[in-house]
Amino acid sequence: MAEKEVWITGVGLLSSLGEGLDAHWQALGEKRVNADDKRLAPYVIHPIAPVSFDAQIPKKGDQRQMETWQRIGTYAAGLALDSAGVKGNQEILSRMDMIIAAGGGERDLNVDLAIMNADAQGKLPPALLNEKLMNELRPTLFLAQLSNLLAGNIAIVHGVCGTSRTFMGEEASSIDAARIAVARIGAGQSDIALVGAAHNGDRGDLLMLYSFGDFALKDQYAPVWARRNHPGFAIGSAGAFLVMESREHAEARGAKPYARLTKVVADLAKRKQPGAVTKSLQTMWPQLGVSNDKAVLITGATGAEPATAEEREFLGQHPGLAVRATGTTFGHTMEAQFPLGLALAALSISRGALYPANDPTGLEVEKTDAPTQIVVLGVGHWQGEGMALVEAVK
Amino acid sequence: MTAPRDKFGRPIVVVTGMGIVTSLGGGKTDNWKRLTAGESGIRTVTRFPLDSLKTTMAGAVDFVTVDPFSSTSLSQRLAEIATEEALEQSGIGNKGDFPGPLFLAVAPIETEWPQRLEIAREVPTKDFGIIDYLATCSGGKFAHFHRRFTFGSVALNLAETFGTKGSPISLSTACASGATAIQLGVEAIRRGETDATLCVATDGSVNPEAMVRFSLLSALSTQNNPPQGASKPFSKNRDGFVMAEGAGALVLESYEAAMARGARILGVVAGCGELTDSFHRTRSAPDGKPAIGCVRKTLADAGMEPEQIDHINAHGTSTPENDKMEYLATSAVFGEHTKNIPVSSNKSMVGHTISAAGAVEAIFSLLTLEHQRIPPTINYEVPDPAIPFDVVGNKARDAKVTAVMSNSFGFGGQNASLILTREPA
Repeated sequence: MAEKEVWITGVGLLSSLGEGLDAHWQALGEKRVNADDKRLAPYVIHPIAPVSFDAQIPKKGDQRQMETWQRIGTYAAGLALDSAGVKGNQEILSRMDMIIAAGGGERDLNVDLAIMNADAQGKLPPALLNEKLMNELRPTLFLAQLSNLLAGNIAIVHGVCGTSRTFMGEEASSIDAARIAVARIGAGQSDIALVGAAHNGDRGDLLMLYSFGDFALKDQYAPVWARRNHPGFAIGSAGAFLVMESREHAEARGAKPYARLTKVVADLAKRKQPGAVTKSLQTMWPQLGVSNDKAVLITGATGAEPATAEEREFLGQHPGLAVRATGTTFGHTMEAQFPLGLALAALSISRGALYPANDPTGLEVEKTDAPTQIVVLGVGHWQGEGMALVEAVK
Repeated sequence: MTAPRDKFGRPIVVVTGMGIVTSLGGGKTDNWKRLTAGESGIRTVTRFPLDSLKTTMAGAVDFVTVDPFSSTSLSQRLAEIATEEALEQSGIGNKGDFPGPLFLAVAPIETEWPQRLEIAREVPTKDFGIIDYLATCSGGKFAHFHRRFTFGSVALNLAETFGTKGSPISLSTACASGATAIQLGVEAIRRGETDATLCVATDGSVNPEAMVRFSLLSALSTQNNPPQGASKPFSKNRDGFVMAEGAGALVLESYEAAMARGARILGVVAGCGELTDSFHRTRSAPDGKPAIGCVRKTLADAGMEPEQIDHINAHGTSTPENDKMEYLATSAVFGEHTKNIPVSSNKSMVGHTISAAGAVEAIFSLLTLEHQRIPPTINYEVPDPAIPFDVVGNKARDAKVTAVMSNSFGFGGQNASLILTREPA
């Protein structure tokens, strides 16, 4: 049986640059970057742009039940549903599939720090940990942290109620979310799906994990390709959501596509071997079916090493590509890395243009003609790689 | 010979290997023996101090140890043990070379308290803030914590150990996670992407903070004495679930591929279904509609009528709300047939293995089919008159079982059900 064509019919974006497609298109055109090296100095982060969540999360009670990452995600999911023209359409929403890529939510840093300080000063006998946690953790905080509760909130606020699956595992989780959604729609197991992720970079607690491995960018912001001697990723903030559906389903309801999502492939390179990432990307590339050697490639390259150097090696073998690194503009949005790339690819295809390069090193080159094929690339800072081909609908 | 495709023309998905660890023990043989004998794995927790906790018991797996301890490392170890058993039974592939993808249900991961405190003790500043703390985190001394506590770490290590193919998927759909892992595996085989999948679900979450979090949501039983009496699904005096650890691993294969290599067929995953509840973050819709829809979708996916289900392996958490809702949903779908269906909840004995529960209970369902014997729901002394299920109370029951429905209904509106049968239809 022939695989069904998958269209991207809705795109929702909220990031450090602002909200909505027009705002993003304008900001990208102006090469705007919203980086902050003071808030969590010496760490560089990209905080979410000021936003009133009321527009997509009307009930304050719902907002109170969420932490920022969930608000960002629920908001961006609402934008995507709006953009697909299915917001409030009960008939469609009740059978819409959802695949979310998620990490965990914000911890209560004050509680954590108080406990850790007490312990460091010898004032925390083991029994006291329970008491502090019992007395000081907010009961609802758990729900704001649980990975699958971003999906839960989207179901509650927007009524997306077909199926709900949450994938975890940093960058790779979002590649797999897109891969499984496309596979299901392609095989007729699903007609329409909401796929996306949210990330809040303004979190000291989150930096812990990445500090262990010295992955976080410190001291000074620089575009991703200019970090060779000062590697690291600046944690970014974004909610990126896509509505994907079969061409038949979209046409039957008169929906217009932003682009076609032709293929998503993923891999788990054995990174203990140097060069494994480059090799993995080389192996995946022919599976995409890129026919245009002047295609565009939007990468989520993090700036962390050695992954970025290995990716650069791969890109060096495709000199005709017009490359754009989302990390320069948005920082590293972790689970949102791949849907952000897909969103920007769909946006560029639909606007018939690629936004300007933002790269002092010259790796990114300008492209003046309308892009028809855009490869989205995601390489995890530690594990997992994947690619997608986004094309203009014929 | 039966056609290798189901009535919808899809490849039939069979189970050729199963492995299990619960608080009752390691392996299918031990688990089945104790489960059908009505033994409980719930005990007073000895892993950490219990001061200030309202709930002091759990189904912790203390006979498996990891050093240094973390719930994440324990989850991984439990998954490894279950997977080794499943692969040995299945005989598929070669050691370290499983010919398909991995779908892993695992609890959300974060750096845990022992590790947080280990770092805190090395921060040179007094009354430190997060930036001082982060400075101590960095520099490479704690790099192993990054390897341990990334969300993808358990899947990465399992994929390397067992040589699964492609990008392994870690997933969380709360209490339905184990069922979702199986569902993803079924879908991949039905799409014809692969002939085999490794579906694993694991949970090693009995630690102070996890217990506190569930306790603060008033979800846990506080009937601590005796601990083995706490989990009493469908009883009038039930008061919450009991946290537990465990893992289940299943090798799924297309019937065609399994037959071609002469594998023993342990059962069939005839149908899977899923429907989200948008009523509330922790509570189910009072009308039970989403759960009803989930059960109906599962029957439709299997192409079966309600009358063909002859046993329900219930979600049966022993919380006041779940058990009531589960009866409501079941009786709405099965109508008059409800009273003919023996229902049991394994959680009365092994506790609620949360992320692992869907797979653990699928395996118990398959063992029920194999042995034609339904494990009991223990602690069923005061039946709840509002739940007139035919509960298999306290003693295992021999019965003719051809098709089992296994339900998972979880926080965040996650509902998933499976139908397991003995033979390909």
